[in-house]
Order: sequence, then structure tokens, then C-alpha cells
Amino acid sequence: MDTISVNRIVQNRINCIRRGSRTEPRGTHSTDFEVHRNWLAITHSLPVSQWYYEATSEWTLDYPPFFAWFEYALSHVAKYFDQEMLNVHNLNYSSSRTLLFQRFSVIFTDVLFVYAIHECCKCIDGKKAGKELTEKPKFILSVLLLWNFGLLIVDHIHFQYNGFLFGLMLLSVARLFQKRHMEGAFLFAVLLHFKHIYLYVAPAYGIYLLRSYCFTANKPDGSVRWNSFSFVRLISLGLIVFLVSALSLGPFLALNQLPQVLSRLFPFKRGLCHAYWAPNFWALYNALDKVLSIIGLKLKLLDPNKIPKASMTSGLVQQFQHTVLPSVTPLATLICTLMAILPSVFCLWFKPQGPRGFLRCLILCALSSFLFGWHVHEKAILLAVLPMSLLSVGKAGDASIFLILSTTGHYSLFPLLFTAPELPIKILLMLLFTIYSISSLKTLFRKEKPLFNWMETFYLFGLGPLEVFCEFVFPFTSWKLKYPFIPLLLTSVYCAVGITYAWFKLYVSVLTDPSVSKTKKQ
Amino acid sequence: MEKWNLMAVVVLLGLTVRWTVSLNSYSGAGKPPMFGDYEAQRHWQEITFNLPVKQCAKFINPDWIALHSSRGYESQAHKLFMRTTVLIADLLIYIPAVILYCCCLKEISTKKKIANVLCILLYPGLILIDYGHFQYNSVSLGFALWGVLGVSCDWDLLGSLAFCLAINYKQMELYHSLPFFCFLLGKCFKKGLKGEGFVLLIKLSCTVVASFILCWLPFFTEREQTMQVLRRLFPVDRGLFEDKVANIWCSVSIFLKIKDILPRHIQIIISFCFTFLSLLPACIKLTLKPSPRGFRFTLVSCALSFFLFSFQVHEKSILLVSLPVCLVLSEIPFMSTWFLLVSTFSMLPLLLKDELLIPSVVTTMAFFIACATSFSIFEKTSEEELQLKSFSISVRKYLPCFTFLPRIIQYLFLTSVFTMVLLTLITVTLEPPQKLPDLFSVLVCFLSCLNFLFFLVYFNIIIMWDSKNGRNPKKTN
Repeated sequence: MDTISVNRIVQNRINCIRRGSRTEPRGTHSTDFEVHRNWLAITHSLPVSQWYYEATSEWTLDYPPFFAWFEYALSHVAKYFDQEMLNVHNLNYSSSRTLLFQRFSVIFTDVLFVYAIHECCKCIDGKKAGKELTEKPKFILSVLLLWNFGLLIVDHIHFQYNGFLFGLMLLSVARLFQKRHMEGAFLFAVLLHFKHIYLYVAPAYGIYLLRSYCFTANKPDGSVRWNSFSFVRLISLGLIVFLVSALSLGPFLALNQLPQVLSRLFPFKRGLCHAYWAPNFWALYNALDKVLSIIGLKLKLLDPNKIPKASMTSGLVQQFQHTVLPSVTPLATLICTLMAILPSVFCLWFKPQGPRGFLRCLILCALSSFLFGWHVHEKAILLAVLPMSLLSVGKAGDASIFLILSTTGHYSLFPLLFTAPELPIKILLMLLFTIYSISSLKTLFRKEKPLFNWMETFYLFGLGPLEVFCEFVFPFTSWKLKYPFIPLLLTSVYCAVGITYAWFKLYVSVLTDPSVSKTKKQ
Repeated sequence: MEKWNLMAVVVLLGLTVRWTVSLNSYSGAGKPPMFGDYEAQRHWQEITFNLPVKQCAKFINPDWIALHSSRGYESQAHKLFMRTTVLIADLLIYIPAVILYCCCLKEISTKKKIANVLCILLYPGLILIDYGHFQYNSVSLGFALWGVLGVSCDWDLLGSLAFCLAINYKQMELYHSLPFFCFLLGKCFKKGLKGEGFVLLIKLSCTVVASFILCWLPFFTEREQTMQVLRRLFPVDRGLFEDKVANIWCSVSIFLKIKDILPRHIQIIISFCFTFLSLLPACIKLTLKPSPRGFRFTLVSCALSFFLFSFQVHEKSILLVSLPVCLVLSEIPFMSTWFLLVSTFSMLPLLLKDELLIPSVVTTMAFFIACATSFSIFEKTSEEELQLKSFSISVRKYLPCFTFLPRIIQYLFLTSVFTMVLLTLITVTLEPPQKLPDLFSVLVCFLSCLNFLFFLVYFNIIIMWDSKNGRNPKKTN
């Protein structure tokens, strides 16, 4: 049997079992269920002109129009499962048939994800392969993508539709690898109108398509040949993007609702950090600020009256000031993000290395946005982890960066599942994925130098005691009442260190890579 | 990939599937006043914790509507506790036995051994009953497996000790006791009754008696108490069979109401005779020619005979047959996979009652895919692979054209799978007719019984024609 179909079937089967975990009647499922149920209700019961104005529930529609149309299509299937879920006023409605429908819709839409993995595997060359099926890079890649711990947790337990969205992204990447640039551009444009978080990686697409597709040839030393510019290609790309955007935003433009739509899509009123700090640069910044303020109070350098009462880790999502270090505004984060993206984009322009270089730039854009963005959710780490899997089966250096990134990124998702029955699941799945990824990549690259140095090994092993402390020791200590946020703080800061390190290492490898004159690498 | 990493991945996969199934409903969830096995286990914990030994056995009122205030106690935290105890028992007893057993298999590659562990751990029947319906079968099956391991590797005393523990944990393990007895007796005979064999016999008897005494000591204080325990363990008053079970008596009673026609003691005698007649050939052969391979197959056929013909059998007892079949998975993958699928299917009415439809479908498919890819079962259907070579050669002496056995078996397999799938679909989607409300359960039992009869014949053929198999003269298995 084809490796991917075996994987997929087994995975889907396990997902079906997992579905059962959410049939408890009392609020043990995440709010995402209610969010999507509400959107099904809005798109089904109300006319298009009301979609972005409806606010009966607190979970207003904040994804671009294509996603709204997607929910609309789903709602037509939903009405055969349970008509009641489509009532806008049925807040927090969750019958077992509703849950069944929503779970199966995620599993069903994952088909696109599986197809995308199939296409990606075709882009990997298997020259390094051993005779065994399980040692072939294609097989390892398909397992790393299909059984990605983060995606399983977020999509099938926590509930979102990331599977098929990542399918679209990976498919567009695969198309660019296969030199079908127009399709890749089209797919990415469609993806943007499904979920605008992918704007993070739009610079990579833009620069790559401009540099390697619109300029059809290079000079022998690799720099751009200005007279090989093809207007036709540029116009056709522009036309694709324009048409897709027109299809998506056109109706709302006609209804004069564009400002409202944009305000829903980009809510900047929320704070710098989510209630649980995503493990990015700002988490380290916040932690440093806290440490300095505590030291300042102890050494009587600070006036206690000037310190704001609401602490950043009390779980409320609001705007507030830092105490010691300068406060961070949305504009500041934007500038930091742009500055972080710029070197990789420059690399993509001046030292093009074909699709592989594009992929690295994409990952760096995603990681930089994660590290420096405003109100980043920890789930956004998947935006970097999944494409990185494609690189990991190619070179040993990339494999080690991938392992550090994925292990810490996945561990940082642990606070998303906090109930006791889910504890064994998340630990078992995490162990499963981590052990498999490390040992399969180690076996693949066994002829090269070891993947980790002692520092990295020590750091990764440190995740074990951290988990034991946060989940098993801390709840029974006296600090639980006084400082309830300590486990989250520790997890966030510890993972931020790892993710920043991986970002740094990837940057170094991109900047120090020798430029290749031929762009046709794959 | 390195061996231990792969083994770790496989075990983690097994544990993940188990815990995920356990998040589902359990037997008798939210169904007062009887509830189900979950409440039974909780109740036993309550009794053994609270009451002294004397009163444990004298607790006359069998109803769960008991005098204690914690009856019917259902809560999230309690469910978590109960499920965790099952997982821990499994992890400590059953899973290490499986891993050790597969590592001790001879003449197969490491990858195949690990695939074997995966398939055994993914066997849906045990997962669904232990983690879904809620029981602690993995403890008794684990001890029995330790017993098999010990006895096959010539650690006879430890093996018999483990098996005694298994019996004293759950009396159903007596289904396996005859093969153990015959195998060990055969070993004693082989070593010669005048010398070493006799010593071994004495040692074994002492071990068995000692372990039994140790377990039963608290209950031996009065004769009445011991009788009470025995009456509870072997409820002959409850009749030939209860509910719907895939054995002969239930199937025959569709056409002929045995329970009404024959008096109770005649039923017991008939059931006794049929059971022992069907398992006698295999046991005698095992006593005369003891070998680990023969021992495993005899375990299968004995347990299957008991299941089909014995008294007061429950559908969950099929697990006692499934365990030995899992052990021979590497030798006859095709037939074993088929059997294990049928065994899960035979418990369908029970699983549907516990609302475990989706977990059972999913785990069955996962198991089937795991076996199909690990052992390439569809390529292993030749006569030799099915261990039927010597049988076919013997038959060909009288019927030269008897070459179509593998093809028949393949057709039977396809028919069986097709009818199982069809019946599952029908049971789930349609309502039974008014006059025959149990129609679908009865059909499931009847079909499974037919399959099991076929397997009984098949395994007995393998055992009886085994010595004439000239392929492996060295019996190191």
C-alpha cells in the first residue's frame, strides 16, 4: 500500500477515536467549538450584508470572506445533523450531533492536507534513501507532517480547521517547487483570503515570484539580469491576485462594508501578549521587565505606588505598560518584524537559490513574525514548523534546527490542553512524535556529524523536568494560590529561548550559505 | 531506526490508542439502577475496602441497589481514577509480557518482532473491553502470558506460579488450565518418571498448591465461606447461557429450545461431554509430544472448545481465545488476523450497548491495516503458509484433486468479512422488526459461531497433523 495512504488512514482512525473525547456535556470543550458553531449559524441564517456586523455572540466573524463562504457551505451539510446549531441565538449549543458533525468536517477537510503532503513528497529526492521503506526521506516526511503533534492537538482536540489551510500552503509551496508558479501564486492568494495570518509569509512569496519568475534569467554570477524582465508574467501574477481579491472582497466593497471587515480582521485593541504568553521575544522582554521590577522593588529603586496593579500574567487580555523597560506599541512590533524579515528577503533577492531558498525565506518570515509580532498566538508556531519539515529531510543542519524548533514549539502548546483526562494524551503524543522524529532523522543522517551538541541536548532534556514540575509538583505546593501563573511563565520563557535559538541558527545558515549561480536546483 | 526507539514508538502508540478509547463512555454509564461492569468494579473496590473478609463472601444481596450510599457513584474524577488504574495495571503486567514474548520469538527479524508487538497491542477486543466497557482483563491475561512465557522458556516453576496467580485473579483462566497441565505433565514424562521428571512433578505440584493456599488463606476459615466463594465463582444456577453469546448452545437454541427441553443437570452433563470430547485429542497429543509450538496451538483449541461448548459463557470470554491466537500471529498471520477480526465482531452487541461504535470501527480498521502491512497477510495464503501442507498431502492420498484448499479459504475469508461489514451496517442503521427485537444480535452471534466452529476444526487439524510436517525437524520454537 502506498505509504501515505497507510499513514493517513491510521491517523484518521485515531482521530475518530479522539472525537469521542469531546462528548462531555459540560463545557470541557474549547471555545473554538462555539466559535465555529456561531459562524455556521451566522453564515447560514443571515444575509451576506450582516455577516461582519453580527455581534450577538462575543465570537464575531474575524476571518476573511472565503472562510465565511466555507462555513456557509458547511452549514448546508450541518443542517442534516442538527438544525438547532444554526440558530444564531443558541449560544454555547453543543449537542452530540453538533460535535460529531464538526469533528467529521475537520477530518474530511484534511483530505486536502493529505493531497498536499503527497505532492510535497514528490518534490523530495530520495537519493539518500536506504532500501527500507521506513528509512526513505519521503516516508519520514509524510509521517512528520501527518502526525505533527501540534496540528493534531490544535485541529482535532482543540478544534480548528488548520489542516486544510496548511494543505493549501504546502500545496502552493509544492507547486513552486514544481515550477508551476502561476498555480502556486493562485493557491497562496486564495489561502490569504481564507486566513489572513498567512500575510506573515507574503513577503517571501512576493519577492521570490518577482525575482525568480518575473526575471527569467540570471547573469553568470547569480545577480539579476535586468533586461530579462517579463512584463507578461508580472501582469499575469498581478491579475491572479487581483481577481482572487475581487472575488473575495468585491461583495463587501459593493456594500461599502470594507472598513468594517478590515476592523474585524485586524483587531489591534488586544494586548501585546495573549493571556498565555506565546514563547516569542516579547515573552522574554516581559520576563526581563518583571525580573527587573522585582529587583528594583527589593533594592528600593522603584516606587511601589507607580507600579500598575494588573500584572501581565494575571490572564487578562488588555493594554498596559511595562514597568522598567520601555513600553511596546503595535508600531514598534511592526518595525521589529520588518527589520527581522529584511535580511532574509534581501538574501532571497540577491542570492536566489531556487525553491529551496524560497522555502527558507518563508520559514524565516514566519518565525520572525512569530517572534516579534503583536498579540501572537502560540499556535502560530505551526506556520514555521510545518514548512520546516520539508527542509529537515534534506540536510543534517536543517534537521537539527527542525528538531529544536518542533520540540520546543510543540511543548509550548501544552497549556492549550489543561484538563486531567487530556494529560496522558498530550504526553503520549508528544513523546511519540519527538522520539520518532529524533530517531528517524538521526538514522537518516547517521553518516554525518551528530545532530545536537551538548548544550542543545541538555536543553531538550530539560523539557522533561519542566513538565514534571509544572503539571505534577507545582499544583501541590503552596505557591499555587499566590502565584498561579508560574507554570505558564516558565513554559513560555523556556520555550522562547529554544525558538529564538532555532531562529538564530537558521538565519546564520541562510546568510552563510554560498550562493549558487544556477537557479534550477531541484 | 534503532530497535529500542521503534519499540518505544510502538508501545506509545498502543498506550495512546488505549487512553483515547478510555475517554469514551463505559458500560452502564448513566443507566441506573443496574449500571454495568464499571459500577461492578467500583462496588467490589467498595466491598473489599470496607468489609472484613468474612462478610465479603456472605454478601448475599446480589443487586446493585445495595445498602451502601456510594452506589451508582459517577463523576469525572472517579472515571479518571478508574481509567488510570486500568492503564497502570496494563502497563505493569500485560505490556511487558507482550514485549518480552515477542523478543523471545525465534527465527524472525527484529523489525517483524516489533511489528508483532504493534499488532498484539492494537488488538481491538481487549482495548475495547478493558478501556471502553471497563474491566481488568489485562491483569489476568498478562499473568497468563507470563505463565506461557515461563513454561515455554523452561522456567516451569515461575510459569506455573504466574498462571496460578492468573487463575486466582479470574477463574475464567481455567479455560487455559488444561493445556498447561498437559504440557507440564508431558515434560515430566519426557524427562522420565523415575528420575528428573518425578522431581519436576513434585516441585510443580508444591508450587501450585502453595500459591493456591496463599491466595485463599483468608477464605478458608470456615467451610461455608469456601462454599460460598465457590458458588459465586461458578454460578451453575444461572443456566446454560445468558443473553446472546456466540457459542453452540445459543445458536442451537435458535432452532431448538434446549433450555426448556432438557433439565438442568442433563444440560450440564451434555455441555461437559461436548467440551471434553472436543479438546481431548489435542491435549493427549500435547501430553505425549510436548513442544512450545504445540502448547500454543493447544491453548487456542482448548479455549475455543470451552468457549463454544461450556456452561454459562459470556461473550467477553472470547478474549481468552484471542490471547493465544495473538501469540501465533507470527506463524499463521492470515488466519490469526481473520480470527481476531471475528472475535471483535462477535462482541458487537455489547459494544453498541456501551456506545462504543466509532472506537470499535476505528480500532478494528487500524488493527487490520497494521496486520496487513506488517505481515503481508494476503500473500501468505499458500498451503504451506497456512500450515496445512501435511493435511493436504494426507487428503491427496485419497483425493488427488484436493488442491483447492487455499482458494476455498480465501473465498471463505472474503465472505466472512463481507457479511460482518454488512451486518454491522444493518445493526447500526436499521431497526429490527417488532416481532423479533433481538434479531440482529442473534444474527451476529450465529455468524460468529459458524466462524468459530470453522476455526476449531482448522486449529485441531494443525495440531493433529503437526508432527508430519517435515519442514522444520528442529523444534526450537
